[in-house]
Amino acid sequence: MLDPSSGAGRRVAGLWWMLFWISVVAVAVVVGLIAVAIVRRHRRPEATAGEGEGDDDIDRSPVAWGDRFVVLSGIVVTGVVLAVSFVVSLFVLNDLAAPAERQPLKIEVVAHTWWWEVRYPGGAVTANEIHIPVGEPVEVRLRTADVIHSFWVPELQVKQDLVPGMDNHLSLEADHAGRFRGQCAEYCGLQHAHMVFFVRAQPPAEFQDWLADQGRPAADPTSALAQQGRTTFEGSSCAGCHTIRGTTADGVLGPDLTHLAGRETIGAGVDRLDPDTLARWIANAQDDKPGASMPPTELTPAQVDAVVAYLLGLE
Amino acid sequence: MTGIQTGIATVTAPAPDEIEWRGEVVRQLDADWSEGGGIGSWIGTVDHKRIGLRYLYTGLVFFAAGGIESLLIRLQLAGPDLHVVGPEAYDQLFSMHGVTMMFLFAMPVLSGFGNYFVPLMIGARDMAFPRLNAFGYWMLLGAGLFLYSSFLFGKAPDNGWFNYVPLGDSRFTPGINIDYYLIGLILLGISSTGGAINFIVTILKLRAPGMTLNRIPIFVWGELAMSLQIVFALPALTLASVLLMLDRTFGFHFYDEAGGGDPLLWQHLFWVFGHPEVYIVALPGFGIASAIIPTWVRRPIVGYTYIVIGELSVALIGFGVWVHHMFAVGLPNMTLSFISLASFMVAIPSAIQVFAWLATLVAGRPVLKTPLLFVLGFIVIFVIGGVTGVMFAAVPFDQATTDSYFVVAHLHYVLVGSAVFPIFGALYHWGPKVTGHLLDERLGKWSFWLMFAGFNLAFFPQHLLGLYGMPRRVYTYDADLGWSAYNLASTIGAFILGVGILVTAYNWVRSRRRGDPAGNDPWRGETLEWYTTSPPAPYNFVTVPTVRSREPMWDQPELAGGAQHPDAGGRPLTGGHLTLSTSPLDARPQAVVHMPHSTPWPFFLTLALLLVAVGVLLNAWPVAIVGVVASGAGLAGWYWPRGQTQET
Repeated sequence: MLDPSSGAGRRVAGLWWMLFWISVVAVAVVVGLIAVAIVRRHRRPEATAGEGEGDDDIDRSPVAWGDRFVVLSGIVVTGVVLAVSFVVSLFVLNDLAAPAERQPLKIEVVAHTWWWEVRYPGGAVTANEIHIPVGEPVEVRLRTADVIHSFWVPELQVKQDLVPGMDNHLSLEADHAGRFRGQCAEYCGLQHAHMVFFVRAQPPAEFQDWLADQGRPAADPTSALAQQGRTTFEGSSCAGCHTIRGTTADGVLGPDLTHLAGRETIGAGVDRLDPDTLARWIANAQDDKPGASMPPTELTPAQVDAVVAYLLGLE
Repeated sequence: MTGIQTGIATVTAPAPDEIEWRGEVVRQLDADWSEGGGIGSWIGTVDHKRIGLRYLYTGLVFFAAGGIESLLIRLQLAGPDLHVVGPEAYDQLFSMHGVTMMFLFAMPVLSGFGNYFVPLMIGARDMAFPRLNAFGYWMLLGAGLFLYSSFLFGKAPDNGWFNYVPLGDSRFTPGINIDYYLIGLILLGISSTGGAINFIVTILKLRAPGMTLNRIPIFVWGELAMSLQIVFALPALTLASVLLMLDRTFGFHFYDEAGGGDPLLWQHLFWVFGHPEVYIVALPGFGIASAIIPTWVRRPIVGYTYIVIGELSVALIGFGVWVHHMFAVGLPNMTLSFISLASFMVAIPSAIQVFAWLATLVAGRPVLKTPLLFVLGFIVIFVIGGVTGVMFAAVPFDQATTDSYFVVAHLHYVLVGSAVFPIFGALYHWGPKVTGHLLDERLGKWSFWLMFAGFNLAFFPQHLLGLYGMPRRVYTYDADLGWSAYNLASTIGAFILGVGILVTAYNWVRSRRRGDPAGNDPWRGETLEWYTTSPPAPYNFVTVPTVRSREPMWDQPELAGGAQHPDAGGRPLTGGHLTLSTSPLDARPQAVVHMPHSTPWPFFLTLALLLVAVGVLLNAWPVAIVGVVASGAGLAGWYWPRGQTQET
């Protein structure tokens, strides 16, 4: 949030810095008054002690300025500062809600325990990575397939929850190319910690190429091993949960793997995607992500290697 | 309190000789108020001081449990990708840490101080409903043990202290973890609601004659404001819990959107309770600060009226801000704007109190002993938590940082600031009254500085973690995110805080054997708890005093001896369990009230209700039915007419 990469992020960061400096002054005033009280604690009593024992150290004299000070600092000054903060925050809120000037790209993000499904117009479906064109607002429709999750990319946007039965929307925009980390922010069960995604902002032309690629069916295997992997994939329980467009695998419970090889991580941020991690993940996803829906495989190590070879060919 | 009313109590001065007069009264009071010994007295006691101490010690034991949970959490997060505990255990630990610290530590300990000191500070001989008081304690203990029994089966609540649905419903969490949570909260609700009603009636009806509204000690106002909030806030939690029990156990659809329910209903009901809950924990802490400061700066509090109005308006406005826990769920901006305004406004009454304390400190001459140090630490920490709280009132900032470690930092600054530090100050300020022994000042200062430094090292870096994007409730994180150093600092701070707490625990235990005797009034305090012996006798006061000042111990020299003479307005009220009932506004004497004697029925009723709880937990309906019948029998025994001294 301190390093915003979007217009919305900068508005929120601006609000933060205003509130931060107000807070610094407020805390300084309080600590300063405590310091004054401590420094002056050994002075002689201002007035003669009130009625009662003469050698008493209790000061019963009224504090002439007391009530005025409390009203002025506690109500008037505090009230004005709060009122200003409130009004400024309303302006920021209003800015964030302003509709986009042109018809933006609309994508849909569906949260699952514990991964993110991302659907583009034209049929491209991917998982845990959201590509967007630089400088163009993208309207994201947010739904959940199960429990409440929260969509949060600290450098780009404020949070938006995904609530069963509700369609929420937010506008996602990055003002320079790059990779921005996002993570589920609402506790959603055992693997809440491993529900990471990345937003990749690309130049618009590059983005359009990527989108066109993603819309195509999966590449055919180019080696015998990969061909064997595809056969194994289609014939085993893998296909019951995963879709690879262009093959007979059409399960809908897990992420679409049509273009898996282009993704950076596996298991929604559990590990970097490479042959070793993928093989380990297929063998037993429960090792790295206990509680995930993906069960340990019944495939032999040789079959796993074949499946890995096939999947990593799916650019 | 349907006692026999004998009209306005008039006490004629007996023997002219002071010593002889006092000895006779004390002899009679000892006979009237002794609860005897043995197991019957232990189970049946209705003495608010014994009950208050039990609340205190029970709460502190749960504080230790919640503290151990938090240290395990911090060990797991000390570095990236650690495996100190697994995700399953981690989720149970952070859930039980929250439930424990809110419901089993803060509320019981603050109620414990209230139980012990409200009657003493207002010049009453007991709480208005002593049996209800005993019942409230037994229910707290029962509910706490019930909740903690879940660890024996590895099935502790694991969905956080606010248990959002649908994750908390039976589709996603089929085990009994959540049933433990729901039933535990319902049991605790019974305990705290009874306690709150008791405080309200006690404070409004049992004040010493002359203690008009504007002479009530601010600590007592704090307990009153807390109690009013409990009475109005807890029904929402109980309702939410019962509805979810119905969903989980019988397949109802209150929170199931597929069946026409709404998962946000849970959030609304929970936070209608949950935000006032923050003030329920904070207001008595504010009260403790207002009780400690005048004694330790040697002058009356500045802005008494403003502080009282501040406490009551926090209690009121606190009910209008619950949606600021839901700024990111997708509600219309218009709704958010109204709640945002209320959330900004609620800072004003707190600011009034802070500035009134500061004015008192500056006008007075602070004596920097341990009780005041803890209060100064409270003010600094609470103000930091307060300014970040104001940040959360700003909708866009809230949406950016909610559910991140910034919230974790904020809520610990508010709650540890306004509950833990005042409680520890109170242990040093009031401990001598409770035990009769002074605590060691050197150990006290060590404890304070360790706690203050440890706390800030533990929680300040969490602000940054939140700003850098670390969500709360994650059991691990990656090494390449730059979060590791802050997390390690936080873990080290948590352990330093723990050491500071242990120093006070040792100090307390040590004082019971080696502490100097306290005498009636070691600090020369201003309120009536210093009018009696340390620890007080079962009847609290030799004579129920007549009050003529807001600081009676400073303005009424005749109280110094510990027994205001009947000629000066003291009332011995011998001849039974008697206390004085006065009018709510100006505390004019109205009646002498007969208070109940010790009784085992609250204990029995608690056991019966626990049987119901276990039956519902295990869906063992015959067990639950036996429990219901036994509860009926318990109530019958409780209310059985016993001649003249029947009471509730």
